Amino acid sequence: MTSQTSESKVHKTYLEEDMGRKGIFKWILSTDHKRIALLYLYSMMVWFTVGVVLGLLMKLELIAPGKTLMGPQAYNATFTVHGVIMIFLIVIPGLPAVFGNFLLPIQIGAKDVAFPRLNLFSWYIYVLGSILVIISLFGNGPPDTGWTFYAPYSFKTGTNMLPAALGAFVLGFSSILTGLNFIVTIHRMRAPGMTWMKMPLFPWSIYGTAWIQLLATPIVGITLLMVAGERILGIGFFDPAKGGDPLLYQHLFWIYSHPAVYIMILPAMGAISEIIPTFTRKTIFGYKAIVISTLAIAFVGYFVWAHHMFTSGMSGTALFTFSILTFLVAIPSAIKVFNWITTMHKGSISTEVPFQWAASFIFIFMIGGLTGLVLGALATDVHLHDTAFVVAHFHFIVFGGVGFAFFGAIHYWFPVIYGRMYDNSWARTGWIVFFIGFVTLYGPMFYLGMKGMPRRYFDYLEEFHGPNIISTFGALVMITGLVIIVTNLIKSARSGPIAPHNPWGGTNLEWRIKSPPSLENFDEIPVIDKATYKFD
Amino acid sequence: MSETAVHHDEHRDDLGSKLGMWLFIFTELLLFGGLFIVYAVYRHANQEAFHLAAKQLDVTVGTINTVILLISSMTIAMSTTAIQKKDKKLTLILIGITLILALVFLVNKYFEWSGKISHGLYPGSPVLEELGQGDILFFGLYFFMTGLHAVHIIVGMVFLGVGFMRVKNDRLSFDNYQLLENGGLYWHLVDLIWIFLFPLFYLIT
Repeated sequence: MTSQTSESKVHKTYLEEDMGRKGIFKWILSTDHKRIALLYLYSMMVWFTVGVVLGLLMKLELIAPGKTLMGPQAYNATFTVHGVIMIFLIVIPGLPAVFGNFLLPIQIGAKDVAFPRLNLFSWYIYVLGSILVIISLFGNGPPDTGWTFYAPYSFKTGTNMLPAALGAFVLGFSSILTGLNFIVTIHRMRAPGMTWMKMPLFPWSIYGTAWIQLLATPIVGITLLMVAGERILGIGFFDPAKGGDPLLYQHLFWIYSHPAVYIMILPAMGAISEIIPTFTRKTIFGYKAIVISTLAIAFVGYFVWAHHMFTSGMSGTALFTFSILTFLVAIPSAIKVFNWITTMHKGSISTEVPFQWAASFIFIFMIGGLTGLVLGALATDVHLHDTAFVVAHFHFIVFGGVGFAFFGAIHYWFPVIYGRMYDNSWARTGWIVFFIGFVTLYGPMFYLGMKGMPRRYFDYLEEFHGPNIISTFGALVMITGLVIIVTNLIKSARSGPIAPHNPWGGTNLEWRIKSPPSLENFDEIPVIDKATYKFD
Repeated sequence: MSETAVHHDEHRDDLGSKLGMWLFIFTELLLFGGLFIVYAVYRHANQEAFHLAAKQLDVTVGTINTVILLISSMTIAMSTTAIQKKDKKLTLILIGITLILALVFLVNKYFEWSGKISHGLYPGSPVLEELGQGDILFFGLYFFMTGLHAVHIIVGMVFLGVGFMRVKNDRLSFDNYQLLENGGLYWHLVDLIWIFLFPLFYLIT
């Protein structure tokens, strides 16, 4: 509230506007997209803590061969619940539900999303899904199928699989409705003058994501319903004894769950595309190329699902078709990396904390992407399938990609969200500790996988001991980094110094309004007359 | 509490909400699309058994239900025209007919299902287990797909029921009828899915 001209009306931020509600009702009854975004953020933080603790337990189990903390059943349950929580409750809703909700309307110059009540309803569905996941932990013991719920084991296991599968189904609905809301918002509520090609890149990435959410999620929904039907009624869709085909389950599951990877990564790329121009003081290089590659990823991403099944027994034609398509989808991702790097070229880079996250995102994402090609190639995949290499690869993409972008985004937009600044030196320390921990944790797993250590085993041969110790040590370092980052952010959100207006010199609409925004974001709907990313 | 208290709920965009409805219909089509894939795969693998099993279903009841749904689609489409012509009474009658037809459909379905179940043809039944894999899959798909469709009928009825009440209370009228139109769109979807289910289970033998 500093460099703004004085107005007759006092600026009342969305955090102060309570609509006459009290306590928790200020939040759980509010249809304000910004409050809903924070509802998602806080619920995800709780789940993330649980997921991280489960991950740590696995790494502690793997610190030495043989049983150290838990036996095989407990280990299976741990990696399943870790996967279900991390995938369905955090990375899939992650950036779209938090930053998409908060920023999309502001960045396109709208007062809210198209369907504010539906938006709040989506969050309630999310909570319902979370409750189902919690229920699955009790009764006959947590599910032990892995987060993929592969048939036929998923309906033969005695554990409490049903609530987990139904939870994922319900969470899918939340995701669909959020995507639907965003598509309509972008089509109908852009400010006057904001043509498609003047829209910032983060809303573009949300747009691509929303289409995937909308068109891919129903498939996994029906598949999980079929698994539920299998468990409750014994229908036999995927039961070989009854003529069903378990391979068909894998197809149906991955038709959604591979595009889901792009639900996770596209908004992450969108956030990076916002951060990099701001801190290099340069127009983004190849705006159109980034837009087109976003849509290309969303499109081609549909047709690569069977690369998860190279060893499941498909025809040779299917194998090499899916392998080629997998290679194709790498091209638009590489275009984006090229664009980001070229944007930095000859820019005046200021290495603020968000920029460091973005730069390390590119580094991590490239390792994750290139190792993905190793897995996309048929011959190497046969060797590496179901080894620790795969685990390392997708943690580099899913946790590295989404995680680094998420932390970059929250450090970048923190002044907008809370109107305060965080402690820079702590944020920097947290970043470097996290980065080192991350690479130490997952790096050795590439090596272990190539040497033949399978994933999803609580035990391993003595020869794998050394790298596993390094990996567990990395996990501890990374969690230390996480604690520093999160503590710093929580503390700063409550009592950090008031942020100056537009601290980073960003050009999008969210930087032109007062932070934190008022309930309606804009006193007057802005008229857009020039492209964004123009720096003086 | 100031004038900002009247907030976004005031925002109204009929075209936007119609777009939203269409997008939702896409997702519903894909939901059933997954089942159609499963049907296609298993039909291909068990042609003989699917052929014989389909003869167990009563084409007459299926046809009656198809006609019922087609008529109900017509009445709901007429109701959106009626409301635009400011004819509240006719609108209510037409929505009412649609709801009654939907109920008749469900009653037919109930008798059809209970007939099958009394013959021991239901998922997991001992009779079905003896019949062989093709029959297990056929009747599994039959109950699952028509069951899911019946759930959609019920959802559609709730949707149209809300529309009925709103028309009755004058909260929905000629200048503000998007909810009814969306309900109609949804109802056409439910109808359309049945148009595919009917030949797949009853007619192709």
